[in-house]
Amino acid sequence: MDTAKQLRDKIAAGEVQSVDAVQAVFDRIEKIEPNIGAYLSLCKEQALEKAKQVDAKIASGESVGALAGVPVGVKDNMCTDFVATTCGSKMLEKFNAPYNAHVVEKLRAADAVIVGKCNLDEFAMGSSTENSALKQTVNPWDTTRVPGGSSGGSAAAVAAGLCSVSLGSDTGGSIRQPASFCGVVGLKPTYGRVSRYGLVAYGSSLDQIGPLARNVTDAALTLNVIAGHDERDSTSISEADAPLKDYLTDLESPIEGLKIAVVPALNDAADAAVRAATQAALEIYQSLGAEIIEIEMPHFDYAISTYYVIATAEASGNLARYDGVHYGHRSPDAENYVEVYSKSRSEAFGTEVKRRIMLGTYALSSGYYDAYYLKALKVRNLIRQDFTNAFKQADCLMLPVSPTTAFKIGEKTDDPLQMYLADVYTIAVNLAGVPGISVPCGFDEKNLPIGLQIVSEPFSEDKLLRIARMYEKETDWHTKKPPL
Amino acid sequence: MDLQYKIIVGLEIHVHLATRTKIFCGCELAYGDTANTHTCPVCLGMPGSLPVMNKKALEYSILTGLALNCKIAPFTKWDRKSYYYPDLPKNYQISQYDLPFSEHGYIEIPLADGTTKKIRITRAHLEEDAGKNTHTLGNFSAIDLNRAGTPLLEIVTEPDMNSAEEVGALARELQRIVRYLGVSEADMQKGHMRFEPNINLHITRDGQIFKTPISEVKNLNSFRAVERSIAYEARRQYQEFVETGKTMQMGNKATYGWDDDNQMTVLQREKEEAHDYRYFPDPDLVPVKVDADWLGEIKSRLCELPSQMQQRFVSEYGLSNYDAGVLTADRATAGFFDKTVKLGATVKRVCNLLTQTGLKLAKEKGVPVDQLNITDEALADLAKMADVGDVSASAATTIFEMMAESGENPKKIAEEKNLIQKSDSGEIETLIDQVIAENPKAVEDAKNNPKKAKKSAGFLMGQVMQKSKGQANPKVVSQILNKKLNA
Repeated sequence: MDTAKQLRDKIAAGEVQSVDAVQAVFDRIEKIEPNIGAYLSLCKEQALEKAKQVDAKIASGESVGALAGVPVGVKDNMCTDFVATTCGSKMLEKFNAPYNAHVVEKLRAADAVIVGKCNLDEFAMGSSTENSALKQTVNPWDTTRVPGGSSGGSAAAVAAGLCSVSLGSDTGGSIRQPASFCGVVGLKPTYGRVSRYGLVAYGSSLDQIGPLARNVTDAALTLNVIAGHDERDSTSISEADAPLKDYLTDLESPIEGLKIAVVPALNDAADAAVRAATQAALEIYQSLGAEIIEIEMPHFDYAISTYYVIATAEASGNLARYDGVHYGHRSPDAENYVEVYSKSRSEAFGTEVKRRIMLGTYALSSGYYDAYYLKALKVRNLIRQDFTNAFKQADCLMLPVSPTTAFKIGEKTDDPLQMYLADVYTIAVNLAGVPGISVPCGFDEKNLPIGLQIVSEPFSEDKLLRIARMYEKETDWHTKKPPL
Repeated sequence: MDLQYKIIVGLEIHVHLATRTKIFCGCELAYGDTANTHTCPVCLGMPGSLPVMNKKALEYSILTGLALNCKIAPFTKWDRKSYYYPDLPKNYQISQYDLPFSEHGYIEIPLADGTTKKIRITRAHLEEDAGKNTHTLGNFSAIDLNRAGTPLLEIVTEPDMNSAEEVGALARELQRIVRYLGVSEADMQKGHMRFEPNINLHITRDGQIFKTPISEVKNLNSFRAVERSIAYEARRQYQEFVETGKTMQMGNKATYGWDDDNQMTVLQREKEEAHDYRYFPDPDLVPVKVDADWLGEIKSRLCELPSQMQQRFVSEYGLSNYDAGVLTADRATAGFFDKTVKLGATVKRVCNLLTQTGLKLAKEKGVPVDQLNITDEALADLAKMADVGDVSASAATTIFEMMAESGENPKKIAEEKNLIQKSDSGEIETLIDQVIAENPKAVEDAKNNPKKAKKSAGFLMGQVMQKSKGQANPKVVSQILNKKLNA
């Protein structure tokens, strides 16, 4: 199967019709999707219509966008005005947004063909997509296992060939971890690189949209399309402060004299297979001339606690608007407006969402604010400092994405704390706002994919992608297909 | 009332800023339009929408802060204030909590005796207004979100006011200031200004001071309601103290509304609820740095404030405090007056023309007085013509009205309409001599009959004016006539 880049180039050259490529994807969806459950909704008609338009454009000699005719999946927490935006929640199950998210506009402007909306943990809260109130997505490599989360649908769709690339969102690892579990590439850009306008907020200071792709090149291609300043998002960086780059230009050039930082103290948390795969990847970099230096990140251990205060505090505010008054689920049994709130929210939010709203509300409550929220902000600064120090000594940091490979469906649902702890390697990256990527780096004894995480300094996605590509060129992990 | 007491009042004031668009989105501000026609995903609080600060709203706020002598913070930020209410689409209000853009100022309010009093300003911060719930649909309530996201400046004073009149004076002075600055229309009927006084009494009994529980009266939108509610509360609290001896305790601040029909306050909440708004910094907005350059730029837009102008009109132009007050009620009138006088017309003349004719015309036409089609030069010319006697005072009024109609210069109008007074003493003397010759009886009476002298002189004066077809300068006529009669 072609990569997104290959497909786009063939379509643009007139060798392949987008309509045929999109039809092929829908044929595959028809066959495989019932076993995977990657999509919450499909937009076949609009997709084929768009594909026709792209083909017509090409036939008439018009220039086409960077993702011309390429089938793309979009996580269902990004607003679309042509199909429901559910966030995997009963609350928004029938919600049709009146506008398109910035990234959706960007995809369409690049002539991408949006295939459907991908499943996720409800409001992006979770690490297994088991928290979706609407569907269970499974791991294409082992359908008894989770695809990871919260962008589990986006990762599974790419891994199973149900689209060429997809968009996910990453608040604490929600792109990188499912990418790792499903054996695809997942990039979380620097906070502020991609506009959040139209991304349904979970933890506003942490959320960032990024691509899931079959290889590093496709991730770079997709980032080219979605990155850039948007005046509708005040936290989106101006291009004067962080110039946009063409992430494909120098992608094939290795970084000379690459210095990689590792944190030995962190390795203990990972399974043997994950440790071995990470070590083997480092050795490949060494063979390419990279230097490995061992560093300490003293505040890394506090990342999970810090995250679960900040993210939930922000979530408690962000999710307050789902009250049954203006849109979304409204309880039919409410007798007065206070009951409209309490019953609608009780009925339509899932357990994990409720848990996080409660946590965040508690952390912000009078008398607890200083001890929790304010302290978490302070620790966040220390964690950020750890990363700044690391990047003074090295070009990047390498570590596992997840301590384990994909776990069994239902295995951790009774123990939310265990689920939280599994995010140990990814969460600090969001707190620091730096970019991180997961690239396939091997399989465990059960033939489940393992991801290598590479992290670099803010707005250095170009370098990060080149470092990832150096490794990818030397290995064939990314070419492996799940046994479907 | 037998016991001595002192009224203590602090105010919270909400002022709608007159920006073109809302504070965090591009929707235009519109009053009284069809419900929910000025809304977008941002002010509707739709999933995924994000606020972007309207810079103008902050600039207007800072300008007001400067006029209120406040310290402007070099760094200010936005916070979320959480509470659930149907007119608040996000169920949090974007406001400013611990780092408001300004603090520690004061406003000088004019008192009835002509002196002023300084009222301290605790802080002023900027926030978004909520929408409006209406309950006119029977079983249903309706929500109009046109107002949601209107920039709202909240000003909090210290409890420095000691009478309903002082609070009224502050309210009016603040209205005058924000209008001068052009940051708000401050139209009370449109709800551009809302007041919430906190009132209690310090009552002296047996040499001891007792403080009554504080009442907060919510959402007052007229000066009269502000003054009357305070007067009412003072009486009510006094009575309550006499009957129950209840004094201020932690948490016994009560909330009242104002019932305008029955002219009384109505209890809404007995005890101050332990509100926990769970303020925290809004992660969707970046903190704002107000650097010296920007602040300087805003400062340069600061104009002479109404109270300063009023004082100057008294000291520099010798106007009465009353006239100066009328002229400085709005910036257009004050500026127009000031410019006209500086062109050399006499103060009293310009003042009369403006206050007696100009403001009336302006009100009729619904425009500021400086937009009556009359330039300051033209008005100065008219005033000067009246000053030297080229036109009479009543003709000046007529000419003023005609100028407003046609935009013509006063001289041309006066000539065309034959309103120029004749002041040529030779010509006038000839007329007087004729009248004297034609009316020997009246001349005799005027000269020698003390009972009829005044009336006869008046008659002769009238005859002269009639002969001149009203164009003779009465001052000159009376001078010459008197000389001749007394000769």
